[in-house]
Amino acid sequence: MSEIVCDRISKIWNPDTNEANLAIDDISFSVEPGEFLVIIGPSGCGKSTLLSMIAGLDTPTSGAIRFRDDVITEPSPHRSMIFQQASLFPWLSVIENVAFGLSLQGLGKRERQQRAKEYLQQVGLLKSANRYPHQLSGGMQQRACIARALCLGTDVLLMDEPFAALDVQTRHQMQKFLLDIWQGTGKTVIFVTHHIDEAVYLADRVLILTANPGRTLAMVPVDMPRPRDMMSKGFDYHRNLFIEHLRSEVVKAFEEQELAEMFDTRIK
Amino acid sequence: MPKLDSSIPKNMQLKSSVTPATPRTTGARGRWWQGVGTSVMWWCLSLGLFIGIWELVTALGWVNTLILPPPHEFIAEIGNQEQFLAPRIGVERTGGNFVLLTAIVATLKRVVAGLILGFIAAIGVGGLACYFKIFGKLTLPVITLLAPIAPIAWIPFAIMAFGIGDSAAIFVVFIGIFFLLTLATVNAINNVNQLYINTARVLGASRRQVMFKVILPAVIPDLFFILRINFFAAWMAVLAAEMVGVNTGLGAIVMVGRQMFNAKLMFLGMAVIGVVGYLLDVGFRQLQQRVLWWKGSAQI
Ligand SMILES: Nc1ncnc2c1ncn2[C@@H]1O[C@H](COP(=O)(O)OP(=O)(O)OP(=O)(O)O)[C@@H](O)[C@H]1O
Ligand SMILES: [Mg+2]
Repeated sequence: MSEIVCDRISKIWNPDTNEANLAIDDISFSVEPGEFLVIIGPSGCGKSTLLSMIAGLDTPTSGAIRFRDDVITEPSPHRSMIFQQASLFPWLSVIENVAFGLSLQGLGKRERQQRAKEYLQQVGLLKSANRYPHQLSGGMQQRACIARALCLGTDVLLMDEPFAALDVQTRHQMQKFLLDIWQGTGKTVIFVTHHIDEAVYLADRVLILTANPGRTLAMVPVDMPRPRDMMSKGFDYHRNLFIEHLRSEVVKAFEEQELAEMFDTRIK
Repeated sequence: MPKLDSSIPKNMQLKSSVTPATPRTTGARGRWWQGVGTSVMWWCLSLGLFIGIWELVTALGWVNTLILPPPHEFIAEIGNQEQFLAPRIGVERTGGNFVLLTAIVATLKRVVAGLILGFIAAIGVGGLACYFKIFGKLTLPVITLLAPIAPIAWIPFAIMAFGIGDSAAIFVVFIGIFFLLTLATVNAINNVNQLYINTARVLGASRRQVMFKVILPAVIPDLFFILRINFFAAWMAVLAAEMVGVNTGLGAIVMVGRQMFNAKLMFLGMAVIGVVGYLLDVGFRQLQQRVLWWKGSAQI
């Protein structure tokens, strides 16, 4: 049984208005339990839209998304989303942030903090448990977000460019850290990025989307043992493959935007 | 070296001789005390100057001291509190020396009660208006129209409806902030970062939990700020109410001063109003920093 199945899904934003916008067009794929799927595509191709539909924050206009054979209609702790901007609640301490999901389930303070501590330890933030989010670095904040998702016993981690706001070194550390967590826990991960090296470094399979509207351009398996060496031939091969796939799409997306802008200025 | 120095213009020499001194400050704490020191100094200077000129003007006999008494005279009236009771204005009998204190307490009680009630009611109604869209659509237009009515304009109605007493004054404060704060609540709720709401939903929060665990904590600092800004309007409204109908409190003392043609009493009342109002604002600011504990102090 697949963990996540997207069955011919399309998403139109603001349908029935003159701002109707086809963001996702007839995409189908499935994700196996424990798999690491990376989605790449040019900016604005609907990656975030796709992910938020899998999370249950939005519903597809047509088609269905299933989680273990149940159609997804609303968010559930089984599928946790990690956003690009760290989304810790600034009014809660780090440990209370991590325990937030448990507090929603009505768990007492002592119990939930105990469980939160385990996961803080796992992400290396035990020392910062009682600090507030604004006192953490960006990487630490994202680790706390991951701990918060794991703390709920989530099955699928949905990650929307979670490391995009970090500097190169922190970013690479976080990638290694994420692989460790993934290998240690066996969670299913769907990871959006537009960083090609990141995709090759992390993925079991890579789903490449076309520019506006998002369609499936290719689904490419990355068959390399981990940890992967960014200097290796295999890595290079995949990198070039993805660049080749994306080049035409990026150009297209860019041209479309420029055209639209020209059009806009002319109207003004 | 000295040769080089002499070739530099005078004003630049001064600067370069000052700069090396700054790095050896005594750390954040020392600097804080220094800051308090200078600001206290300026306060004293400013006040001293103001009072000094006033005293001088009255001492020179340029103004009629019956109408504009010098500060030392009306401040001395504190020791003569029995007169506040003179035309039987209903100040509680607490012995001659505590009449002023009773008046302060009476006024404070009204302001604080009105503010607390207004704050809670506004968050409640604003929250409901966002939670139940229909309720919001039914109430918000009316509230929008009622909001610009100045608190002072409610005084006649309050006295008619509640008589002269605490409830009229509390009502004026309440109504003075309630509508504005309700609108502010709705506005703040609509501006809560969608990221927080989505995060909570993904973690399994119900609509109610989103309201109480995310939206409420997210908007309270904003609302507290708005409350602080509107506090002065409420403060003035209470004083005005005390002057025109509610016959106790600080406003009433000023009014008694006028009725007795006792300018000293009037000015004493005004001075106390100024000081108490200022202290209240300071207290508010402290409280606000407590409420905003999770923001670095630089952001406040
Ligand atoms: N809430 C929304 N309402 C209306 N249109 C939206 C909404 N969210 C996204 N869109 C539109 O859907 C399209 C896809 O947006 P999306 O954010 O999913 O792209 P993306 O692939 O995540 O881009 P990026 O890489 O820049 O994050 C865009 O044209 C965008 O304008
Ligand atoms: Mg996106």
